[in-house]
Amino acid sequence: MFRWLRRAYQIVFLGFFLFLVVVTTAGLIRGYDVQWLLEFDPLVAVTTALASHSLHHTLLWSLVLIVPTLILGRFFCSWICPMGVLHQALGFLARRRRPPDRVKQNAPRPSHKIKYLVLATMLGLAAAGSVQIGLLDPIASTWRGLATSVAPALGNLAPFGRYQGERHFQWGTLITLVFFGALALNFVYPRFYCRVLCPLGALLGLLSKFSLFRINRNREICKSCKFCGADCQGAADPQGTVRATECMVCLNCIESCPRGGLSYRFLPPLRSSTTKIDLVRRKWLSAGVAGVVAVPLMRASDGVEPRPNPARIRPPGSLEEASFLEKCLKCGACMKVCPTGGLQPALAEAGIEGFWSPILIPRIGYCEANCTLCGQVCPTGAIEKLTLEKKVGEMPARPPVRIGSAFFDKGRCLPWGYQTECIVCEEVCPTSPKAIYFKMETVTARDGTQKTLKMPFIDLDYCTGCGTCETRCPVVDRAGIRVSAANESRTPRSSISLTGGKI
Amino acid sequence: MTSDEQHGPSVPARESPIRQGSQTAAPTDPAGMDRRGVLRVGMTAAMAVGSVALGLALHERDGSKQTRALPTIKDHRADKPAGATDMAIVRGPDPAANVRRAVEALGGMGRFVRRGERVVIKPNIGWNRTPEQAANTNPDVVAEVVRLVVAAGAGKVWLTDASVNTPEQCFARSGIEKAAKAAGATVVRPDASAFREVNVSGKLLRTGDVLFPVVDADRVINIPIVKQHGLSLASMALKNWYGVLGGQRVKLHQNIHLSIIDLAAMVKPTLTILDATRILLANGPTGGSLSDVKQMDTIAAGTDEVALDAFGATLLSLNPTDVGFIVEGMKAGLGTPQWRNLKTVELGG
Repeated sequence: MFRWLRRAYQIVFLGFFLFLVVVTTAGLIRGYDVQWLLEFDPLVAVTTALASHSLHHTLLWSLVLIVPTLILGRFFCSWICPMGVLHQALGFLARRRRPPDRVKQNAPRPSHKIKYLVLATMLGLAAAGSVQIGLLDPIASTWRGLATSVAPALGNLAPFGRYQGERHFQWGTLITLVFFGALALNFVYPRFYCRVLCPLGALLGLLSKFSLFRINRNREICKSCKFCGADCQGAADPQGTVRATECMVCLNCIESCPRGGLSYRFLPPLRSSTTKIDLVRRKWLSAGVAGVVAVPLMRASDGVEPRPNPARIRPPGSLEEASFLEKCLKCGACMKVCPTGGLQPALAEAGIEGFWSPILIPRIGYCEANCTLCGQVCPTGAIEKLTLEKKVGEMPARPPVRIGSAFFDKGRCLPWGYQTECIVCEEVCPTSPKAIYFKMETVTARDGTQKTLKMPFIDLDYCTGCGTCETRCPVVDRAGIRVSAANESRTPRSSISLTGGKI
Repeated sequence: MTSDEQHGPSVPARESPIRQGSQTAAPTDPAGMDRRGVLRVGMTAAMAVGSVALGLALHERDGSKQTRALPTIKDHRADKPAGATDMAIVRGPDPAANVRRAVEALGGMGRFVRRGERVVIKPNIGWNRTPEQAANTNPDVVAEVVRLVVAAGAGKVWLTDASVNTPEQCFARSGIEKAAKAAGATVVRPDASAFREVNVSGKLLRTGDVLFPVVDADRVINIPIVKQHGLSLASMALKNWYGVLGGQRVKLHQNIHLSIIDLAAMVKPTLTILDATRILLANGPTGGSLSDVKQMDTIAAGTDEVALDAFGATLLSLNPTDVGFIVEGMKAGLGTPQWRNLKTVELGG
C-alpha cells in the first residue's frame, strides 16, 4: 500500500516537474512559476544566502521543505525529488534477485559518507562567495540535463519541430554524459548517486537528525530474517539500528517484513535508531576549508577578472559578476527559455567558477530586444527580473540594459571589406534610434569605376550588445560584425564611453 | 568435430546421444557436405550477393544525385471584370471599416475569392513589436481581411509570414495571431517544416525556400505595412515578399532592388491591401519608438503592387521614381507607378 502511494506521489511530482520544464519556452510559459521545485530546495537557499548574505524572496519556499524534514526525515528523496524518482525507477539495473544479495547491496557502506564531505566543500565554496552547488544538486542537475541535453535532442526530431525549433548547446555532450552518467551509476548499485554524492541528500540527512517520526523495528516480533533491508533505498540498515540520516522514508522495509514488525512512528524508542554519521570533526573541517580556500585559488587565475573573456556576455539583467557567481546555479532554465537559443552553457569563457553558467553566443542566437524571459525563470535572482521599459530604456534619459557592444570586423564586413551593398545589421538593429547607422561613401572599384555605397557605423551609446546584427550578418561562420562583453552596463568597469560620467 | 576433440573423452556421455540422433542426417564423410555445411555455404552466398546488390543499388551512376523538378508558384491574379476599379484609397478612423470600404470599392471580395478556394494572407509579422510601434501590419486590418475572405466562402484561409525576430513572439506581440485566429484563419508559423523549395528563375535568384501555403494556395492576398527602410528606402507591397522566404535571405541585401523584383515576379498576388493606419517614418523597418510612428488612418487596396507602392512612397515623403525597386518593378512590367492614371477611387478624408 505504502509502495503504491509513494509511486503515485513520485509520478505526480515527476510529471509536474516535466510539465514545468516543457512549458519553459516563450510560447507556453505564461505566468507559470517554472522554478517552483528549485525554490523548494533548501540547499539552494542555504548556499546562495551564505554567498550573497541575502535570501532571494522566492527561496522562502525552501522553509516549506525544511520544516517537514525536521519532523518527518528525508522523505523528499523518495517522494518528491525528480532525480530520486529517476534513480529509484532505474534501481533495477543492478538489482539482485535473491533477497540476501539485495540486503548486501543495500547495506551501509563507508563511501556513503562522501556526500557529507561534498556538502561541506560546497558550503565552504559558498561561504567564500562561489556557488557551485548546481553542479551536483539533484534538481538543478535534472533541470540542466533536461533543458540542454534531452529537450534539444527530442526537439530537433521532426515530430517535435514545432516545439522550440532547432536547438544546439555548445558541448552539450558534456552535460549529457554527466546527466546520464549519474543515472548509469545505478549499474554499480541502486541509488549510488543519492547515497554517495548527493549534497542535497546530505543536507536533508543532517536535518533528519532531529526527525520526530522514524522507522522502528519491533525487536520482540523480529526474527532477524533481514528482509527489511532488501529494498531499503537509503541503505539505512533497518535490519540493524536504523540510520535516521540515511533513511529516505520510502517505507519499503515496512512492506518487506513478513511479520509486520516495522513501523514508521512518532518518537520511537531512542535506541532503535541512530543519528551518527561517523565522520570525525577533522574531516568535516578539512572539506569545508578546502571549499573556502578553493575560491581565492580559482580567482587567482586570469581570464575572468580583471581581464574578462570578451565572450562572457551575460544575459540581460545579470548581476555584476561577483554577485552573479554568488547566485547562479547553472540550472539551464534561462538557456531553455531563451527564444533564440542564444544563451549557452559557458565552458572556459567565464572561468572555472562560471563553468556551465549562461553566456550569450550571438552567432547561435541573439538577445531578443522585447524579451525578459531569462530573468523571469531565474530561480535565484542571479538574473534580475526586468521590465521591458527598463531593458529597452529611453535614451538619453534612461539608458538601456547593455550586455555588450558590437564591433565591425572590417576585413569581413561586405561594404567595408568588399565594397558590396549590404547593411543587414542596420536593418535588424532593434534600438530606436538605431545603434547601427550608415553614411553614403564613394568608393573606387577594382576596375576603376566609382560607386556610392552605404557604409555602416556603430553608435556606442545606443548599442545594447543584443547581437541581432551578428546573428543575421550574411557572412557565414565568423560574422563581419561581432559582439563582445565590453560596455556591458552591469558594472562601470566595463564601460568604454565616458557617457554616464563613471570611470 | 572440433568440439568433440576439445572436450575429449571427459564428456562422451553427453555427446553421444546427440550424435546418434543426427547420425542419419549428418554423414561424417569428410569429402561430402552435411546439411549444416550446405546451409553455411548458402548463407555466405546470400550475404555476398546481397552486399553486391546493395552496393550497386546505392551507387550513384554519374556521381551526382538526380535533380528533382521544383514547383513554380502560379500566377494568382484574378481576371479583371470590365470597368472594374484598379485601386481604392480610403481614409477614416476605423481601420476595419477602411478595409471593408476599400474592398467594396474594388467590387467586393467576391471579385478575388471564389467559394471553396484556398487563400493565403501575407501580412508583415517580421518583428517583436506592438501594433502601436508600427513595425508589423495592423492586427485589426489583418482580422478584417480574414473575415472578408471567410465571408466570401473560402475553403481554407492560411495566414503566414517568415518573421525576422523569434516567430512565436512576433506572432504574439503583434496581436496578429490572436486576431487572425478569432477571425477564422489557420495561422502557419515559419517552422523549418513549413518551407518548400520552389523554382524562382529570377535575374538573381534561381531557387528559394518558400512558405508552403504560398505554394499551395489558389489565391494570395498581400497586406503589407508602409515603413521606411534604410537600404531600400521603403518597405511596402513588393518588399513584403521577402517574408515568404526562408534560408539565408539576408544575402539578398547585396542587390536589394533586383531581388525584390525577383520575388515580386515569383508571387503575383490576387489582391494587395496596403496598411497605412500607422506608418513608420524613421528607424525602419524595426522602429521601436512611438516617435518614429505617424498615424495616417489610411488603407489602399488594389491589384497593382507598383502603383500601391508608389502611393505608399508619397506617404513617406519619397518621390516614387527615386525608389529603386519601384522603377525596376515598372521596367519588369509588374505595374505602373502612375497610380493616378489608373481607375482609382478615393473615399473618406
